[in-house]
Formats: sequence, C-alpha cells, structure tokens
Amino acid sequence: MTGVPTVLDERFRAAAAASGELDVAYDVLDDTPVGRLLVGVSDRGLCRVSFDPSPDAELERLARSFGPRVLRAPKAIDRVRRELDEYFTGSRQAFELELDLRATPEFHRRVLEELNRVEYGHTTTYGTLAAQVGAPRAARAVGTVMNRNPIPIVLPCHRVVGASGSLTGYGGGLDRKEWLLRLEGALL
Amino acid sequence: MNRIPPFERFYESHKGEVLAFLRRRVDRDRADDLFQETFLRALHAYNRLEHGEHLRAWVLTIAANAVVDAARRERPTAELAVEPASEDERPALEELAPLTDGLPPKERAAVVLRYGYDLDYDTIGAALGSNEQAARQAASAGVRRLRKEKEQR
Repeated sequence: MTGVPTVLDERFRAAAAASGELDVAYDVLDDTPVGRLLVGVSDRGLCRVSFDPSPDAELERLARSFGPRVLRAPKAIDRVRRELDEYFTGSRQAFELELDLRATPEFHRRVLEELNRVEYGHTTTYGTLAAQVGAPRAARAVGTVMNRNPIPIVLPCHRVVGASGSLTGYGGGLDRKEWLLRLEGALL
Repeated sequence: MNRIPPFERFYESHKGEVLAFLRRRVDRDRADDLFQETFLRALHAYNRLEHGEHLRAWVLTIAANAVVDAARRERPTAELAVEPASEDERPALEELAPLTDGLPPKERAAVVLRYGYDLDYDTIGAALGSNEQAARQAASAGVRRLRKEKEQR
C-alpha cells in the first residue's frame, strides 16, 4: 500500500474544508491542560467539544447528527483552537464563536442558551437554571442536559454546581470541573 | 445494507490505494493533482450515496475518470484509451467488464455505476464530474451501444 505523503494529505484536507462541502470538520487537540479534546465545526459554527474522544464512536455520532461528510481538517478549527488556547492561559474570559446546536433537542437548547449567560468566574445551580427556563421542578432534567452538553467548556456547564455548593458531577470528570473552576478563580 | 461510514474513515481506508492507482497511470505530479480531484469529487457526491457498499470500486472509478478527464483536457482531440487494470489492481468495473469493455470510458463508468452498483444518476453525475442529465445520457447511450453490439454478434 502506498503511503500518502503528509503534504498531499494535508493539502486535500485543506481543500476539502475550503470547498464548503464538509458536514463537520474536526481535529483532536492532544495536549490541552484538560487532556485530549476533539473539536468539531460545521458551516454554522462550533458543534462539538469532546473529552477523551474515542474517535471511532465520536465520528459515528457526528455523522449521524450532522451528515456523513466528517473529516479531520485542522485548518478549519484554527479559530476555535486559538480561543481555547487563550482561555486556558487565562487571557480570554468569553468566547466569540458561533455555535451550532441544531442537533440538540429543544428543551436542551433552551437550557444551554440560559447556561451561556453564566459569566466567567461565576457559578449557578441546577435549580436556578431550571427556574430560569420556566421549569422550576426540573433540576434533575437540567442535570441531564449538562451531562449531554455537546460543547463543554465553551458552553460552561462546569459553572453549574449543587444547591449546597458541592461540585456534584461533570461529563468530563470532576477533576476537570475543579480545574476549570480554579482557572476561573471560582474555587480557591 | 452497509451504512455509509464517516468520510474520514472512507478516505483513510482508500487514500493509499487511490494514490497508487493514479501513480501507475500518470506521472507523479499529475497523480498528486488527480488524488485531490478524486477525493473532492467523492466528497461532493458522498452525501447522496444511498449505502456504503462497493465504496472501493466507487472511488477507483472516480479516479479512473479523473485520469480520462485530465487527458482530455490536455489533448482534447486525441483518441482515449484507458489502460485496463491488471489483476491485482482491479479498478471498479471488473464485474461488468466483459460486457462493457468496448464502451467509451464515460459510458462504461455510467453503465457500471448504474447497473453494477445501483447508484442514482445524481450521484453518478457528481462522481463523473458532470451532472445528472449527462450521467443519464451516458448510461443510456452505453446501454444502446451494448444492445447494438449484441445484435450484431
């Protein structure tokens, strides 16, 4: 089997991204302070951030949600990469990225949009978010929405804690939640 | 029926073979260009595929057509003969090959993709770098030609 030279491979991936015909362009960031992250963008914006990605399963999921033309195309996520770098080094507090939540159910989307107003360095509770979307008794359902957040870090579900102030849980593991909250100065 | 894999999987599975196929037919620089063209055409048609079967045959057919189109761009009036693939590098058309060998390359590809792989004309058009209408015409011209040959035998 002929090996495909890296230059040729990268050139195709860049051309594919530039063609506007990808459903999702993604890349895996290997060494962020919170470990390996898979980042995916569609033509509408950022659609996925995934911790500990098992690429096989993740690509299948992306294909099911957005369409089969899913390709690793590092150039296409340059902007997201830059904003995440700035966030991790403390020089960015708010993301300026378009988000694509079209594969997310309506109730989830409403909760995530409310979540998106919680500012850097602040926390809120599941119950508060539930009340804000007009479903005050749905704290548990809000927990599920957080757990399935397709764009963690950027949609800051790490800023949601239990009523008692305990960290409760995190899709990416409590260590990461703690790290992110410390980064933002919300935990001492 | 096979589901269509994410394009990344498809590309990773076939990129080496496509490049090798192209390098056996044209010089290295041209093969590099056609490599990109082949996968861009495949990408263009990919979301119109109805199943994930015969993807290897499909992409090698696209590659073979990219070679033909490139040659045509270079020498528009020349007679084109696509080299038949040798045993170990069957491109795509093998199953229908004995029947379709005599057809011009476009017609042959259209007939094979339509009747061998059951793709719709829209997808075939995209794969051949043309359109649905042209694919339909190429396939029906191919079938007419085959019928005529059969009658003359």
